[in-house]
Amino acid sequence: MTEPTKQPPKQKSANPLPLKERMKVPRQHMLEQPPLERATNFTEVNLGYSEELARQEAARCLECAKPVCMIDCPVGVKVKEFVQLIVAGDFMGAAAKIREDNVLPAITGRVCPQEDHCEGGCLMGKKVQPLGIGYLERFVADYEQRHLDISNLPKAPPTGKKVAIVGSGPSGLTAAGDLVQKGHEVHVFEALHEIGGVLVYGIPEFRLPKGIIRQQVDYMRAMGVVFETDVVVGRTVTIDELMEEEGYDAVFIGTGAGLPQFMGIPGEHLNGVYSANEFLTRINLMHAYEFPRYDEPMLDFRGKNVAVIGGGNTALDAIRSALRLGAGKAFILYRRSEAEMPARKEEVKHAQQEGIEFQVLAAPLEFLDDGKGWLAGARCQKMALGEPDASGRRRPVPIEGSEYEIPLAAAVIAIGTSANPIVQSTTPGLNTNKRNYIEADPTTQRTSRKGVFAGGDIVTGSATVILAMGAGRRAAKSIHEYLTTPGTW
Amino acid sequence: MFKIQHAEFLAPGIKRFVIEAPRIARKQKPGQFVILRLYEQGERIPITIEHSDPERGTIRIVVQSAGKTTNLLNSLNTGDSILDVVGPLGKPSEIQNFGTVVVMGGGVGTAMTYPTAAALKRAGNRVISIVGARNKELVILERELREVSDSLMITTDDGSYADKGFVTDKLRQLIENGTRIDLVLAIGPIPMMRAVAEMTRKEHIRTIVSLNPIMIDGTGMCGGCRVLIDGKSEFACVDGPEFDAHRVDFAVLVQRNSMYRAAEQKSMEEFQRETQSQLDTVHAGQTGACAVEGDGR
Repeated sequence: MTEPTKQPPKQKSANPLPLKERMKVPRQHMLEQPPLERATNFTEVNLGYSEELARQEAARCLECAKPVCMIDCPVGVKVKEFVQLIVAGDFMGAAAKIREDNVLPAITGRVCPQEDHCEGGCLMGKKVQPLGIGYLERFVADYEQRHLDISNLPKAPPTGKKVAIVGSGPSGLTAAGDLVQKGHEVHVFEALHEIGGVLVYGIPEFRLPKGIIRQQVDYMRAMGVVFETDVVVGRTVTIDELMEEEGYDAVFIGTGAGLPQFMGIPGEHLNGVYSANEFLTRINLMHAYEFPRYDEPMLDFRGKNVAVIGGGNTALDAIRSALRLGAGKAFILYRRSEAEMPARKEEVKHAQQEGIEFQVLAAPLEFLDDGKGWLAGARCQKMALGEPDASGRRRPVPIEGSEYEIPLAAAVIAIGTSANPIVQSTTPGLNTNKRNYIEADPTTQRTSRKGVFAGGDIVTGSATVILAMGAGRRAAKSIHEYLTTPGTW
Repeated sequence: MFKIQHAEFLAPGIKRFVIEAPRIARKQKPGQFVILRLYEQGERIPITIEHSDPERGTIRIVVQSAGKTTNLLNSLNTGDSILDVVGPLGKPSEIQNFGTVVVMGGGVGTAMTYPTAAALKRAGNRVISIVGARNKELVILERELREVSDSLMITTDDGSYADKGFVTDKLRQLIENGTRIDLVLAIGPIPMMRAVAEMTRKEHIRTIVSLNPIMIDGTGMCGGCRVLIDGKSEFACVDGPEFDAHRVDFAVLVQRNSMYRAAEQKSMEEFQRETQSQLDTVHAGQTGACAVEGDGR
């Protein structure tokens, strides 16, 4: 990674617009499907920038001497440099610049919470609106997909070292992409039948089309990464077997935070109550919204009430999916207020535009039975905000006597996940913390087992795509050092 | 892609497959299952592994036609392929020398009891097997079970073979005769497992059942296969599939398995109406790209 201070300080700008003028240009909006139209389909909501809009937006960049955008990026994308290449009209150059640090630009351009990273620190944001860095990244990545010939990618000279990547989610794909560029032989093992982990089973088509993931994976295949689906590491083959019998010199574990959490309230076993993972897996991975063309079914709740419990991106993905499946009334039940919601701001805005109702400061106490084992509704309780808790957010406090009932045909629990134990329980000597997440050094991503590295949600608990990618990137750097410098562990 | 090395009907609607799956064959233990997906638009279904051969790199499964997917699967033959086979999943059966074990198989469940019965026999148990089927034609694995059992009893609902009645009749006889039973393993239709559980609960005989709820990923990720055990949710794919029968809420299992009945019927009707085109879809997928790259393991 290039340090920001090493940037040539007085490079001539390709941008003819004086700095003062740049502040006056408004942030360019990305085209979107109209809310009422998109609420009935699974096609992508955002439609992207045209070349003209991209260049107009890029021209807003102030070219800061100390680009906070890059410093705030978990994978260190050289934002200023790629944006200047857009200004100059060199879109392929911009794509290559992003790829130096980010092997999944079409994905991060769509799902990264930019407000918490690059755009959050953007100087323009202090006065007007921040530079649309996410939109620009997406534009460049999509442009690259349309114009790049992946049959002829340059390959690094082979090092003769083999690395196994466990899990093909954001951390695994990033580590794989970085390691293959260094000339290592990289095999990615995936438990499901599709590559992408949470990107394919968790994030819906309308936010991240499967075709985009497939293109990014094809790009990695062209670079030489080998993918093997239908392998549950820990069950189908163990980490020890990979290292001792199959000749892998290092292993990266990026298995994600797998197990869905339930609330432990009465009625969770009723037909119609889902974990967010199941609800979204049915829809995204198994295409239940295309039943009967696809075999996987989903309950028919057309015209009926559906509630999702939770306030994160997963909760919003689930409720917006329910709306698209024809729910009459789709609402979020969240125990804190909108300000504390961990979801991306753009998703909250999009959901509100589409007609999702936000019942905040409310939580279910019990799911109600229709007498035949099917969900009939929920008994809820109103909340008030108390003192901040360990997470720094104000703690929800139940209001006595505020109980109320709502009729529901389906309820989706999206309150988080816990560690999937399969790899930990089958890998002797791999240290875990109290919550059974894998212990890994935050800089080197090394675990307690020699040659075994870990990163992403299986280390940190549920976080974001970009944070997992950051861990994958650090792990790749550290694995490369381990493989090329004898005696380093 | 996982090649079907051999396929044969054991009984009407019940087919046995030998599938090339070297990684799974090497790791499988009795009681574990695989999840299959036949083609790109297909669902994922769990099926217990009946036997595995690590040397040859094959596993065996026995499948009864019930819905669309199992009907499609049972239309496949030697030389065809299955798009996805993942496993071995679930906790293996607990194998130790319990003393006397009664192994009860109902219908196609008989095939699922076989690997555990064999392992229990190898562990030194006295194995009494009871196999039940609707009629003579549907009695499966008689020879295999006989080889691993100290005694084998067979019942048919209509009396067309061996003794007329249910497997529970035989269990009651054993209990009434004063046979010391240290463990019962029962695998079959839910009403059968429930009836066994009720009978052994009164006698305080430890009883294990293998549950088959609706499942998607099979690795603990989705939570769709949750079953109520002593009033608490557990996941059949990672905490099971075998559970203490006396702790299982069978009513909730029946209720949750009925969740998609309408859609399942719709799929089945469509399959019956357009059997050939559905089969063509499956076969078309077999000439396509390989799901497993690299060394093919």
